[in-house]
Order: sequence, then structure tokens, then C-alpha cells
Amino acid sequence: MSSKPTLGVFKFASCDGCQLSLLAAEDHLLGVAAEVEIAYFLEATSHIQPGPYDIALIEGSIITSHDAERIQQIRRDSKFLITIGACATSGGIQALRNWADCNEFVRSVYATPDYISTLATSTAIADHVQVDFELRGCPINQYQLIEVIQSVLAGRRPRTPVHSVCLDCKRRGTVCVMVAQGTTCLGPVTQAGCGAICPTYNRGCYGCYGPAAQPNLVSLTGQFESSGVPREQVVDSLRNFNGYAPEFRAESERLEASRESTT
Amino acid sequence: MTERTIKVTALTRVEGEGGLYIKMQGDAVEDIRLEIYEPPRLFEALLRGRALEEVPDITARICGICPVAYQMSSVHALEAALDVTITPEIRQLRRLLYCGEWIESHALHVYLLNAPDFLGFESGLEMAEQFPDEVNRGLRMKKHGNQLLEVLGGRAIHPINVAVGGFYRAPRRDNLQTLIADFEWGLEAAIETTRWVAGFNYPDFTCDYQLVSLSHDEEYPMNEGRIATSIGESIAVADYESEFEERHVEHSTALHSLRKKTGETYLTGPLARVSLNFDRLSSTARAIAAEIDMAWPCFNPFQSIIARGLELIHVYEEALDIMRDYSPPRPPRIEYSYQAGESCAATEAPRGLLYHRYVVDADGKVGDATIIPPTSQNQAQIESDLRDWVPYALSDDEAATSRRLENLVRCYDPCISCSTHFLKVKIERT
Ligand code: SF4
Ligand code: SF4
Repeated sequence: MSSKPTLGVFKFASCDGCQLSLLAAEDHLLGVAAEVEIAYFLEATSHIQPGPYDIALIEGSIITSHDAERIQQIRRDSKFLITIGACATSGGIQALRNWADCNEFVRSVYATPDYISTLATSTAIADHVQVDFELRGCPINQYQLIEVIQSVLAGRRPRTPVHSVCLDCKRRGTVCVMVAQGTTCLGPVTQAGCGAICPTYNRGCYGCYGPAAQPNLVSLTGQFESSGVPREQVVDSLRNFNGYAPEFRAESERLEASRESTT
Repeated sequence: MTERTIKVTALTRVEGEGGLYIKMQGDAVEDIRLEIYEPPRLFEALLRGRALEEVPDITARICGICPVAYQMSSVHALEAALDVTITPEIRQLRRLLYCGEWIESHALHVYLLNAPDFLGFESGLEMAEQFPDEVNRGLRMKKHGNQLLEVLGGRAIHPINVAVGGFYRAPRRDNLQTLIADFEWGLEAAIETTRWVAGFNYPDFTCDYQLVSLSHDEEYPMNEGRIATSIGESIAVADYESEFEERHVEHSTALHSLRKKTGETYLTGPLARVSLNFDRLSSTARAIAAEIDMAWPCFNPFQSIIARGLELIHVYEEALDIMRDYSPPRPPRIEYSYQAGESCAATEAPRGLLYHRYVVDADGKVGDATIIPPTSQNQAQIESDLRDWVPYALSDDEAATSRRLENLVRCYDPCISCSTHFLKVKIERT
């Protein structure tokens, strides 16, 4: 048996994009593979080893009762559990069902809804088990992932910046799309990590890294509304890949509730 | 007669999660199922009511391996509904973006997922110990695909630069010029790849396929065309839903795509594309195909890896042509105004035909969405091929049998994550 620390990669409801980031880190892939024993990574290898695992990477959200049980076992088997991506940290885009009638959703997609067994909500992994570290993004940043794995291997607590995309734009010298073009942008309330990509491509940030630390959402959504964006659209802009992250969720529900009370 | 059940509970080296269930009565296959554990994420439902501008961003999240395919089929369908015509320059840039995804996806499949089967390894990483040059070549090609996606799309997975009407920002000429030297190396690497995989040992196994792919008069199919079949049809994409149908099949709980009128299974993907569009492959791809001396159309699913090799050559060559001639499209994005409408489009994802249809309203909101991914179209065919493959795969060694069955499933590069249409399968045990 090798004495290298073991790594497991586990998938729940997701698109595979976050675990693919590990395979996409071409220059680092063979390096990481040399430092850890890949004990469970279905997408990459047929070699399957039972737990315990030193590091577990969890991609995806919980939308079936079977998965709600499976994550418990993985938690028991894992020393350090890291959730990767918006699905795992906030429920992902599939959490839009949380505001809808899920049965109606199922009926509209499948001809025989009886065959479908799915929960009415899509929830983050942390709603089910204790999580040791959360890595944000839809998808995650591969360099952050490598850094996080290396920190854990070195016995350090991983850290990723919690400031906003907006600050990264200033650092990169990107012209503000809100000021220059009047484009709505979630950069001021979204956590950094992507490198502030969208504004450099002439579009507003749509929040795929989830809420930054202490986001001032009320002020930003107020600004959107006073520039003429209909409330419904403001609500939708918060309800996408991280819509069920607590801060985004609270604000979209606040806006919706105040719309109802005014009409 | 002895009853025997074979179960591969977790298929590996496929995208998404699935299993395989086979029930034997003596030597006869009684039941066979490719099982999809992928929980339903209900994309078609969650798109309703969203602004049409968001559709390419949202549908990308169906699949992290081929997000561009979802973006392309969706923007083409929406533009048709809005009566937007994009410029030839934007169209070229979209082809270039698609080339990046094909390179990334094919290199991943050939080197990390599929080749280990032919050479007897459990993974590409394990294979790297004995074949370091080959694996590094594959990783470098995969990286090229990603680099192109990063320049054009902002990032490799879930690009942010694809818009209805074009691109949010066009790359500068020098952004693309810097990639040319790498891509020249990559073209050579793709040629080597094809020669290398052509030398693998292939089982003597062919299937009676009806092949289906887009086809275009002037170019290798990617963003548009009519639907060609190996029985000589040419079908307008607008007629897709009257010619192809998703059905429940008695022995399975998964939705299967079949030909509507005959109930026949069909195959989409690289094998079908090369077979039906051989003369539109780039000149180098055709020359290498002649050199390795293999007959097209090809009906051996294991040789899909050779089709991927030829397509790698083609897309490298096409990407080089586009980059050499490139000047930024002005404007990068065509303006449009909202109008109520309905329209569909199909493009060729690395894994095959990807069909989208949308209804939009006069406020630019999605009323209805239909998405039919390639793996869902291939699933009935995969099961049918497995049935034929069982006699070749069966031995007393359970593990070896499972491995041989899995080998076949991986040849299709099934992307199970695109579960817009897959059902949660219940296993029935008697
Ligand atoms: S967070 Fe985004 S990229 Fe990651 S698995 Fe979920 S949908 Fe895919
Ligand atoms: S700018 Fe915002 S939406 Fe764009 S990639 Fe970064 S976090 Fe995601």
C-alpha cells in the first residue's frame, strides 16, 4: 500500500465542469497525481478504492433522497471534505426549483413523471453534513483548486480571497461596465476568484462565484431599479447559479415580498 | 438453464454517472439496460420565464464537457426565432470556438478516457507511466483546446463571451496569432494521434447502424446543415421532431430516441460524422485516412477513436485557417429586437447531434424549451450494440466480462451529465 494521502472525487447533481477543472489543470495534473493517491475519481479512472479518504472533493447538489444518504457515508469516510463549485456550495442552477412547484417542473420535462424520484429542493452539501472548506465558482478556478489541495497536503488551512469581483476589476484596470455602459453588474456583491472575466469582455458579472463577504445587496439592487431595470429582472439576476446562497436568496425574496406588498 | 446477472454498478471514465445491468438466461441476453443515476436537473423547466439573453449561460451548465455545444445550439435557435442573421465573420468565430471545444473534448476522450482500454490501463494517469510521451501529447492538445476557449470565450469551462447575436467582445487579431505556432505543432500531434490509435487492436465487431449527422454542402458539419442519414435521407432540422422521437421502451425506464416512423435506433457522433461527410474533411485528414487504409463508412464502434483522431486533424487545420485570416468582426454582436416566435437549431457537439427548440414571447422571455442531447439519442443504440457484444465479452471471469462491456460503452464517449432527458432508473430485481 502506498502511504500517500488519498483523494476521492464525488459527484452529485452537477454538470461535471468542476471536477473537469482538475483534469483541465494539464500542467499540474501529473504533479498532483504524484503527490496523492487518487482513490476514487470515476470520471478519470477505473481504479476504485474504498474509504477512508484523506481529502474528499464534492461536486454537485443534493436533489435525491439517495444522494442525501450517500453524502452522509462520504462524510464518515473523509477526513477533510471540500465542496467544489456553486452546485455543491449553494445548490446550483438546479435550485431554481426551490421557488417553483417541482412536481410541475417534472411533469413538464418527462412524459411519465412517476419514474422520476427527485426531491422538491436542490440543496448545498453544507445543509446535510459538516463541510471543512468551500470553494466557490461555476465552475471553480482550477488554480484555486490546486492551491487548496496543496494547502491541505501541507497541513495548512486553505484560504481563498473573499473580496468582490469589483475590486479585482479595479486592480486589473478594467473600465467599469456600470459606469461606462450602464450595464447591470453583480461585481460589487460577487466573490472574487474568476479574475473578473466578464467586465473585461464588455458584460456585467452575473454572480457565478456567489456572494462576497458582507455584500451590500440592498444598495446594489436599489441602484439597478433606479436605473430602470424591472424588479422581476432584478430578482432573476440574483436567482441563477448561486440563487440559493443565503445572501442572494434573502435579497431576492425580500424584493419579491415587497413587490407583493406594494401590488 | 442458469440465470446470471451482471452488474457494473459504477461506469468509470465516462462523463456523468451511470451503470449497466444485464440479465442472462443461459447464453441468451434477457434484459440489458444502461442505467443512468444522474439526478434530473430539469433544465427545460427552469428555463421558462427567463430572459432569452440568459439562455446560452444557463444551458452551458447542462454539461461541463461540451458547454459550447449547448451555447451554440441555443443561440442559433434563438436567433432564428428573432429573425437575426449573423455576419459571416461572426459565423467563422463561432466555428473557431467550436474547434476549441472539439479539440479539448476529443483529446480528453482519446487520451485519458478511451486509449487506456486498448492498452490495458485503468486510467490515463496510470497509462502515463508507460506512455509518458503519448499522454503528454494528449494533455498538450487538450490544453490548446482550452487556450482557444479562453481567448475566445473568456474561460474554458462555461465561456462567458457567447451572446445571442454574436460575441460580447471579439478577440484582437494578435490574441489569436499567438496561438498559431502551438496549433501548427498540434496539427502534427493530431496526425500522430491518428496513426497511433489506428495501430491499436480492434475487435472484429460491426453493427448494423443507421448513421445520423448534420451535413453541409461546403464544410464539415458543425454549426449548421441538414440532417443526413446513411439510408440516404436529407432532413431539414425544422423537421427533426417529426422524424425522430423520444420514447419509453418496454424494458427500460430511460427515454430513448428512435426514428419516429420505423422505431429504429440510430447512431450519432464522430463515427457517423466522418462516415457521412468524409469528402468534406480537411485535405490532411483525408490524406491520413488514406494512409491508415480503413474503409468508410465504418460500422465498428470501437473505431470511433480513429474517427476522433481524423476530426482532431480536421479541426486543427480549420482552426489554423480561421486564425490566419482573422480580423475582428465589427460589430461583434448583431442587435435585435424582441418578437414572439418559435424556432429550432441543431449543431454537432463533439458527441453528436444536439437539438434545441425554443418558444419566446414578445418581451424576450422563454416560453418553452426542448433540448435533446446526443447521448440520449445514442442510448437505445448503445443498448442494442451491447446486446450484440455480450457473446464476445462473456467469460467465467466476472471482472473481465464487466470490463469488456464497459469498454464498449466508453467508445461512444457517453456524456451522462447531459441529463436533461434521462430518467432516474429503478433497478428491478426478481
Ligand atoms: S458549479 Fe457550475 S461548473 Fe460546477 S458542477 Fe455545478 S454547474 Fe457545473
Ligand atoms: S465576472 Fe462574475 S459571472 Fe463572470 S466569471 Fe467572474 S464571477 Fe462569474
